Amino acid sequence: MRQCSYAQAIREAHAELLRHDPRVFVCGQGVWNPWYAGKSLLGLDKEFGRERVFDCPVSENATTGAAIGAAIVGMRPIVFHARMDFMLLAADPIVNQAANWSYLFGGQVSVPVVIRAVVNRGGEQGAQHSQSLQALFAHIPGLKVVMPATPYDAKGLLVAAVRDGNPVLYLDDRWLYESEGDVPEGLYEVPIGSAAIRRSGKEVTIIATSYMASEALKAAETLAQRGIDVELIDLRTIKPWDRDLVYSSVGKTGRLVIADAAWMSGGIAADIAAAVAGDIFHALKAPIGRVCLPDVPAPTSAALERAYYVGAEDIVASVEKVLL
Amino acid sequence: MDATIQVGGAAAASRSLLRMMLLIRLVEERIGELVSAGEIKTPCHLSIGQEAIAAGVCAALSRQDTVWGGHRSHGHYLAKGGDLPEMMAEVFGRVTGCSKGRGGSMHLVAPAQGLYGTVPLVGATIPLAVGAGLASKLRHEPHVAVAFFGDGATEEGHFHESLNLAALYRLPVLFVCENNFYSTHMPLSARRLKDNIVQAADAAGMPGIRLDGNDVLAVLDGTRQAVAQARAGAGPCLLECRTYRWRGHVGPAWDLEVGERRRSELDEWMPKDPILRLRRRLIEEGQSTNELDALEPAIRGEIEAAVTFARESPLPDDSDLFRHVYAPRRT
Repeated sequence: MRQCSYAQAIREAHAELLRHDPRVFVCGQGVWNPWYAGKSLLGLDKEFGRERVFDCPVSENATTGAAIGAAIVGMRPIVFHARMDFMLLAADPIVNQAANWSYLFGGQVSVPVVIRAVVNRGGEQGAQHSQSLQALFAHIPGLKVVMPATPYDAKGLLVAAVRDGNPVLYLDDRWLYESEGDVPEGLYEVPIGSAAIRRSGKEVTIIATSYMASEALKAAETLAQRGIDVELIDLRTIKPWDRDLVYSSVGKTGRLVIADAAWMSGGIAADIAAAVAGDIFHALKAPIGRVCLPDVPAPTSAALERAYYVGAEDIVASVEKVLL
Repeated sequence: MDATIQVGGAAAASRSLLRMMLLIRLVEERIGELVSAGEIKTPCHLSIGQEAIAAGVCAALSRQDTVWGGHRSHGHYLAKGGDLPEMMAEVFGRVTGCSKGRGGSMHLVAPAQGLYGTVPLVGATIPLAVGAGLASKLRHEPHVAVAFFGDGATEEGHFHESLNLAALYRLPVLFVCENNFYSTHMPLSARRLKDNIVQAADAAGMPGIRLDGNDVLAVLDGTRQAVAQARAGAGPCLLECRTYRWRGHVGPAWDLEVGERRRSELDEWMPKDPILRLRRRLIEEGQSTNELDALEPAIRGEIEAAVTFARESPLPDDSDLFRHVYAPRRT
């Protein structure tokens, strides 16, 4: 199959959605310039016109609110936030408005909006350019949250998000932009709420989100060389996460490590661990391992960044611990 | 009830405006009584004294024009053509309510009439109205979007962000500030150095027009001009409609202890009652007093029918709690 980078796959999803659905438009800060978006939006304004692909003033709140208002009256907007940190200035339209409107008005009004934010860690950018806040938004009823880890999913999840009919947070990771993978041409969907098994195994289940899914693949290879057979699940959708697949895998292996490059406290790993312990405790043969960021803001100095971020080695260590 | 005035002469149009203002007044007075009696529990914010703005603005709109409101939006709902029994049932928390019993007084909706939602986060629907204007522009439709908000909302960042966005993209949006000089218990003078809300329009690069919000004909005329400009592609407009909230922030009380000048302000503003003013004018123009007097009992009959409908409607079922968190997929 044709190979594409993760960033190209995101761009292609935008382009095909814009081409096939006149209700789709793209807005946000940095839409006209690769400075923030890399190649993920490159040239869309030239291809589809600056009326449908428009860069915006530094007004996250009004821009996101306008996308939500347009969605309520029948458009299918994709609003772009160059960093997830910046998106917090739009917390009211996302959390108070978009998440609530369907419920609040008894299903008579819906909000088919995609709110896209880029997670861009490292690079000595520090505390306000590096946050991965999926748990904050997964907490809110009415929102859906997806985090693609492969080029195939990057395209298919964006298509599914635009067609879903609900507010969907689409969180992509700048560290994955250059990764290559199979990407079909044309429109296709990766269903929201469905996780994927990246590697089948019998001894330990690893559940990983976004960038950590690629780290977990490396960890699985290292572990295989040591004779440890892991099953790797790429969660793909943070909310609603795929209980069926997670429970069937843990039911088989009896051991679980969850890797999510966000903070430990109140995180998605905590949510999954609590659900597994609460619902299928009898299946567990060992305590659940969590590989997450320590509960401190992202530092700038590269020396501290090395201490802060987690990766394949941490996953390997956690798997070995649950096997002790 | 059609929000658009079927022009059968200026006299009929004015009588229709009077009827709408009277409907809003009497509905809210009745809601106030039912709150005092303990029958309505949801927080109800009354617009008594401010009826000319909802009635005047909405009379200048077509059904497809959208309206977005806040916590004090009974008037916007009714003036845009929302169904009275459904609103009353909503305030009673009944499943037959316009929001199926999930909204109460602060969350009203009538999508078929172009009222897409009213919510109490101050100014929250201002950017949403900008989005509706953006949709009109992208779809090449003539519809305008109207954001109703109070003076308090002009202190929020999203008000200024929204004005800038709408002006920059020349969107068909009317920003209607109902300046009643109070945000909850706080008078405008305690929140702002100058009484200059309308100047925000100038900073964003759009016309800002100050209107007598207690003169329904002035509101109608000002809105018609702004709507015509917006439909012609000239972009948005800020209308500051100056008025006064007779009752307290929430509920039927008069809140005389709030602010330093509530008593003297009421003495100044109550004679400017928009309903009395229009009525006097219509009588001067030769309309029959008897005909105008006949409006009130007819409206009261409608209101009692709505209250009966609400009282007799079922409460939502427990299983309803889990419905509509997500909308069904609509590709």
